[in-house]
Amino acid sequence: MRRLVVLLLAVACVSGTRASTQPDITLNQRCPPGFEKTAAGVCELRTLYQFYDSLENRGVGGTRTALPPHRDGFTPQQIDLGRYLFFDPLLSGDGSLSCASCHRPDKGLADGRSRSIGIHGEDAGRAAPTLWNVAFLQRFFWDARANSLEAQAAGPLYSPREMGNDPARLIASLNRNATYRRLFREAFPREATGPVTERQVYAALAAFQTSLISLNSRYDRYVHGYAAALSPREIEGLNVFRSFVARCSECHTPPLFTNEQIAVIGAPEPPGRPFDVGAEATFGSPKLKGGFKVPTLRNVTRTAPYMHSGAFAQLHDAVEFYNKGRGHAVPKDMHLYLHWHITDPQLTAAEIDRVVDFLGALTDEAFTPAPPARVPSGLTPIDHSNRTAAVSARK
Amino acid sequence: MKKGLLFGLLAAAVAFGAGAYFGRSTKQDVVISSSTSGASYGGGFKAEGDNAQASKTAATSDVLRSVAGPAPTNVVMVKDGESIQAAVKAAPAGTIIRVMPGTYHETVYIDKDDIRIIGVIEEGRRAVLDGQKKLNDAILYSGNNFVVENLEIRGYKGNGVMGQAGNNFEIRNNIITDSGVYGIFPQLGQNGIVEYNIVSGIADAAIYIGMSDNIHVAHNEVFDSVAGIEVENCRHVIVEHNYVHNNTGGLLAFVTPGLPIKTTVDVIFRNNFVVGNNHVNFGAPGSTVSGIPAGTGMLVMAADDVVIEGNIVSDHKTAGIIITDHAHAQNITADPESDPNSDRVKILDNVMLKNGYDMIPEVRAVLLSEAKGGGAIDIVRVGPSPGSCIINRHQYVTAGLGDFADCDFTNTAGISTYLLPSVPPRKIDPADRGKVAYLGICSGCHIYNGRMIGPPVQVIQALYLDNPQGLADYIAKPVKKRSDYPEMPPQDYLDPQTRIELAKNMHDLNN
Repeated sequence: MRRLVVLLLAVACVSGTRASTQPDITLNQRCPPGFEKTAAGVCELRTLYQFYDSLENRGVGGTRTALPPHRDGFTPQQIDLGRYLFFDPLLSGDGSLSCASCHRPDKGLADGRSRSIGIHGEDAGRAAPTLWNVAFLQRFFWDARANSLEAQAAGPLYSPREMGNDPARLIASLNRNATYRRLFREAFPREATGPVTERQVYAALAAFQTSLISLNSRYDRYVHGYAAALSPREIEGLNVFRSFVARCSECHTPPLFTNEQIAVIGAPEPPGRPFDVGAEATFGSPKLKGGFKVPTLRNVTRTAPYMHSGAFAQLHDAVEFYNKGRGHAVPKDMHLYLHWHITDPQLTAAEIDRVVDFLGALTDEAFTPAPPARVPSGLTPIDHSNRTAAVSARK
Repeated sequence: MKKGLLFGLLAAAVAFGAGAYFGRSTKQDVVISSSTSGASYGGGFKAEGDNAQASKTAATSDVLRSVAGPAPTNVVMVKDGESIQAAVKAAPAGTIIRVMPGTYHETVYIDKDDIRIIGVIEEGRRAVLDGQKKLNDAILYSGNNFVVENLEIRGYKGNGVMGQAGNNFEIRNNIITDSGVYGIFPQLGQNGIVEYNIVSGIADAAIYIGMSDNIHVAHNEVFDSVAGIEVENCRHVIVEHNYVHNNTGGLLAFVTPGLPIKTTVDVIFRNNFVVGNNHVNFGAPGSTVSGIPAGTGMLVMAADDVVIEGNIVSDHKTAGIIITDHAHAQNITADPESDPNSDRVKILDNVMLKNGYDMIPEVRAVLLSEAKGGGAIDIVRVGPSPGSCIINRHQYVTAGLGDFADCDFTNTAGISTYLLPSVPPRKIDPADRGKVAYLGICSGCHIYNGRMIGPPVQVIQALYLDNPQGLADYIAKPVKKRSDYPEMPPQDYLDPQTRIELAKNMHDLNN
């Protein structure tokens, strides 16, 4: 029954787009917060971390360590066009989902689910990762199978278990839309004579996503020299986090709180779920069976549930996992090459609580993007702060 | 059980035709080189730009014994019963914290620059940091120009001294016993000295140099640990004049896969005493070192340009030197971005005796395949190591070294250190800092001419016309002014100079 409601709504919405032109939708001429518009008219990120260095320029280290190389240099128009696309359900096969359905601004740019749900109500298999600070990443998806945001975008757009679109339909629907044609011309002026292309769509989505920056948490203020930014309990937690007993920071390495490597940690699947081989498939390497990309911990309190398929509902459970013994959750008949930092640290209950306290200091959502009030398709933008009809029906 | 781990695959390699690796003729003409004359190794450190002069100085000056930056300007004393951490917290940059003899139970963390913690030794009595097997780490530093000297550290569960990205560090004259996983572990830093420490009873490496550049490890005594001194995913490291005994493995140069920095290049092991490292392996299951066979003097795994010179390597039941690759270490993970081979190993003159007298079966198998009788083994190579060389090979019992060329140098006398003079802290233009603070912080709530979370910048400009100081003061301690806006959080963590520059920046904004 619910499914039917969604479909009916979707059909109604899609059919509504045909006639739609939205002359008053315009692209922002200004860069998003955190970015400076250069003389060349592009947006460049500015952060206090740019005053620091890092070993071999890899962006991993301790407190005052530079970030890894990042992507910026998009125009304000490209970034803003990306924002419209990101929130527009036109991008899915049936007009029911947008990128923002699974990367919700109100859910830490994840979706609050163990695993995401696609247009047909199907389990997408893995949890939606947060998009905060993706500008700094080199690999995408839990199994690291894409090397750029552009390559990543094709995954969910065309997966039948996710947005269920196909390239021809996506490009046709955008080219049919006069508003999008106008906005793409504005965002990509040197290609203004041609139709909207897939490459432009990916570029605009990448432009928007690289503007999602979270680097001003209380932890960051501590780093930049304000010792009182963290409470005594949080500092205690920081010291457990980076101690060589807990070893959290060996992989969740500041300043991004990920070293972007693949790690086999032996996390469980939720009850009833089959074992996920993860990066073994990407690299064809049995030693990476059950390996996943180390996720950032920035805004981690906002992105429950945890692990690649959402086995842990609470942050506390996720931290406690590492304290329950090396390989305790590995299926009985399976050999995994567990990461050497997966040990048996025997943290006290209080130490676990302090680590959770510290992780709370990594929250900064000041640059949360504003969902557009309307999108060029005329469909209802996916904006969970307003609880759209489609989403309400899906609940 | 454990000793077989590293070489578990080796037996298979032998069975499938060790000839491929080792089948070359092992009888070569004897070439005798004198290490007291002849060319010196050029070194792998190619400094550029500003560092060029530094490297030249480093190479020609006799010793560079301090890297920790400007001389301290302030001294405080911590007495028995007081807290070292409290002193660190109160200390401005440029402080020496002198710690008097006594016993201290604390984890000391240093997240600021230019702090020196120096124990006072009185008639042999030291300041003792005792973790009582309850505390995790004794010293955790992330600040630059950090010095720790003269302490005794015992009974910690994690590390004795652990660095995370601090540059220009000096870790000197500390006694570290029974303190967890690593005795001394600087990580992700550049330009550091680890010398005159005595480290023992450590479950992994007594001294572990991890993901670091330009490090000097000298005059340490390391014993009763699984690994003596381990250099992992580092560049430009010299390990010299250390006494390394009764560990499972003595000196290690590794590339460990799965780390964000992928290479080990340019490591010199020279003039060390590496003696009797036959300790039973008590490494944690899953740790890389748990696969080291007891009785290993030196182990090179996937590291490039390792020079081994002038060491006394004696009394190791497995082998004096093992050179191997990732493929033969079955207990470690895979990493497509790591080169798995030990390229360009360079073995110069060393004194090697009484090695390989009780070798593990896998090593014996290699020896037998080369018809060496298996009575002793000084140097064994398993897996490819292209571009490698050796001098005076006839001195040693070797296996798998058939394709090693003769080195075209005989010594490393031309390189005294890879240390750099202390790199002065980067000067940040306050105006830049103000602009970046505005963009990185304020712009989350304020835009030029519209309403976001806070009022528009234009409105603020009108309010503080020609009064940037007023604005700088306000943001440190805001008071609620408008009923229709939320209260602004204080920005007092920004120092006064940054606040005034930020205020000027906001004053000048025009879009």
